[in-house]
Amino acid sequence: MAEEKKLFKVTIDNITVEVEPGTTILNAARMVGGEVAPPAMCYYSKLKGSGGKCRTCLVEVAAGSTADPRPMPKLVASCRTTVMDGMIVKNITSDRVHDARAGVVEFLLLNHPLDCPICDQAGECHLQDLSYEHGKEATRYEFGKRTFKKHDLGEFIQLHMTRCILCYRCVFTAEQLTNKRVHGVLDRGDHAEIATYIEKSLDNDFIGNVIDVCPVGALTDKTFRFKNRVWFTKPMDAHRDCPTCCGEVQLWMRGEEVFRVTARKDEWGEIKEASDGKTGWICNTCRFEKKDAKDWVIEHPTHVARHSVISANHYEKMVKPTETMPEVMNGRAPKLLMDIHSVSQVNKPTINLSQIEGPAHSDDFNKG
Amino acid sequence: MSVKLLLEKAHVEGIRTYEVYRREGGYRAAEKALKTMSPEAIVDEVKKSGLRGRGGAGFPTGMKWSFIAKPEGVPRHLVCNADESEPGTFKDRYLMEFLPHLLIEGLIISSFALGSNATYIYIRGEYAWIPDILEQAINEAKANGWLGKNILGTGFDLEIYVQRGAGAYICGEETALIESLEGKRGNPRIKPPFPAVKGVWDRPTVVNNVESLAAVVPIINIGGDEYAKIGVGKSTGTKLISACGNINKPGVYEIDMTISVEDFIYSDEYCGGIKNGKRLKACIPGGSSVPILPANLLLKTAKGETRYMNYESLSDGGFATGSMMGSGGFIVLDEDQCVVKNTFTLARFYRHESCGQCSPCREGTGWMEKILKKIDSGKGSMTDIDLLWDIQRKIEGNTICPLGDAAAWPIAAAIRHFRDEFEWHVKNPEECLVRNYGLAGYADPRPIPA
Repeated sequence: MAEEKKLFKVTIDNITVEVEPGTTILNAARMVGGEVAPPAMCYYSKLKGSGGKCRTCLVEVAAGSTADPRPMPKLVASCRTTVMDGMIVKNITSDRVHDARAGVVEFLLLNHPLDCPICDQAGECHLQDLSYEHGKEATRYEFGKRTFKKHDLGEFIQLHMTRCILCYRCVFTAEQLTNKRVHGVLDRGDHAEIATYIEKSLDNDFIGNVIDVCPVGALTDKTFRFKNRVWFTKPMDAHRDCPTCCGEVQLWMRGEEVFRVTARKDEWGEIKEASDGKTGWICNTCRFEKKDAKDWVIEHPTHVARHSVISANHYEKMVKPTETMPEVMNGRAPKLLMDIHSVSQVNKPTINLSQIEGPAHSDDFNKG
Repeated sequence: MSVKLLLEKAHVEGIRTYEVYRREGGYRAAEKALKTMSPEAIVDEVKKSGLRGRGGAGFPTGMKWSFIAKPEGVPRHLVCNADESEPGTFKDRYLMEFLPHLLIEGLIISSFALGSNATYIYIRGEYAWIPDILEQAINEAKANGWLGKNILGTGFDLEIYVQRGAGAYICGEETALIESLEGKRGNPRIKPPFPAVKGVWDRPTVVNNVESLAAVVPIINIGGDEYAKIGVGKSTGTKLISACGNINKPGVYEIDMTISVEDFIYSDEYCGGIKNGKRLKACIPGGSSVPILPANLLLKTAKGETRYMNYESLSDGGFATGSMMGSGGFIVLDEDQCVVKNTFTLARFYRHESCGQCSPCREGTGWMEKILKKIDSGKGSMTDIDLLWDIQRKIEGNTICPLGDAAAWPIAAAIRHFRDEFEWHVKNPEECLVRNYGLAGYADPRPIPA
């Protein structure tokens, strides 16, 4: 019989969880969930090698492990640091983390155009969430923002480099999902940009997934651009028999019309596993060409978690009332008012409605 | 006259060629190491010598070597970091240009000690002519049986390859160098895993500076214990210093780390004093990324003791009143230099060289440059100085690689020691464009020259 794997105990913000060796601090914190999970802009659990770049997930390690309880001198990127047994991590309980994270948000927003009112990502943008949750209300930056020329990436994908925060997620996606990567990062420093090899278009079958992994509005769907705001559309889980991909998608509908098709995402904004257990990447045909409700089998409304504008989930919050009206109104039953033409007619404090039997008629008020 | 271990033969006619180098006693150490010593014995000898990495961080080389993982059946590599791009540092260039065989010999011994059969020299792209010198030296060494298969009949095979960089400062960071060597974009990797476990092509790798590897030759020649006797404390052996700036005799000097900073600047053997009889204002003692020190703190520590040219003494007082030995790029500023402009120039460099991978460095370096430009051109305000301080604080320690720290430290030190000069720039927006602030409170403690 195989020996049972030893689990590591890790304490994050005073909450202890047991995780398998090799788990990162971020994933351990996500098991706790809620605010304890550090925000992540570049890390994407489905993409190998991602993470470590944006520095929003910095946490303080107050004790390295039981064997070596020394604290780590620097804040560490929780997405790329694996837990040790007995590690004590401080995230929202550490002032240093709050300070550093506010700094990172400020840095990320320095050259971000903040054109949310005209950006298609608004409402489901991770940078919006991040700056709302961890940023300051104003910037101290008073210089011109850097801008880029627009690159044409073919008929489906729009690259708006000015909005990019260089998380490298799309580069990893293209590298790991498609056979010939034609885009990457050119140049360096604050003028580094995502670009294709000499204005090549991105035309692999699965390249549309770069839109889903983009945390901001740098890569958007050309078939959806400026068509609608995401918070007006209703996300629905749907599927179809697709020969190339899993075919399990989310339709963003308004009425009968399908405005947009994306992959299904979990509460951390990452693409979920499909029913076959693999990551639910979807193909370009599903994403860009099947824009008719007839093409899909609609399952049910999507549960959207954590996102600012579209997280309302109204349909889930609906609760059927159990009390009757007299209970709510302290024993007074509602009165039906009849033949009343103006407010002035009934505005008479001398008349007690509850003493009138049956519906109240205008005559009851004019009795003298 | 101090001890010379590396540059002793630098001026012998034709030392670049194999014949002259061999006649002058070259390859004796390699012969000794390969024929009489085991790899472990060489590592022990380097450990005993107390040699510290000469690239800037000063990490003990012997210890670094002992960390290398030795999994069965996986080749190991040694990489020589010749991507010397720190402003003010040019010691490796001198070494490679004049004594290429010294480096090759050091590489042979080190590769043997580490078990590397393919060793790489990663050289910065701007040193366009040096790869030719190195390749010629490699060919000569090969022709004489020092490289190739079964060297000296010991069964040890070694090939040395020279790889040119494409002109990026960041590729001097060891993991970025490895990425670049593999043919990828030179972005630093996230550590751990460290190169000693997963380096070039995921194989155990040691990355060492040119000078550290060259220093292995005298260590083997005279023995680790003898080498450790030179110098003081944990600063053993000799160090190459590339002195530049407003001094009479800029150049590369080999020092034994017992000399005081004052002697180094003013003695005729070394820098020969400040140019044109001017007075010393400040100095960046270890390459552009270490904190700048004003004259009064440079010559004497905060406790009033003499400051010496070695690792411990230069960093005495921490960053509050000290600096670092760094890579040995000794930049001297005289009374006519403007610290604000100097800091702006450095900020511009780091902005240009940031790889753009992690956000604090990518965005922060550009922001600091813009603010410094504003102050330098007389348009700054007092809040800008505090803002600069806050930005550098948020970059330092929060980035993937040390470039973020390297960009933050010089700015922090300039504000810490020269705040009055920054304030003067803000208060006198027109005057600061036509004249310099001068010496002020951090005056040169030496008597005014007649």
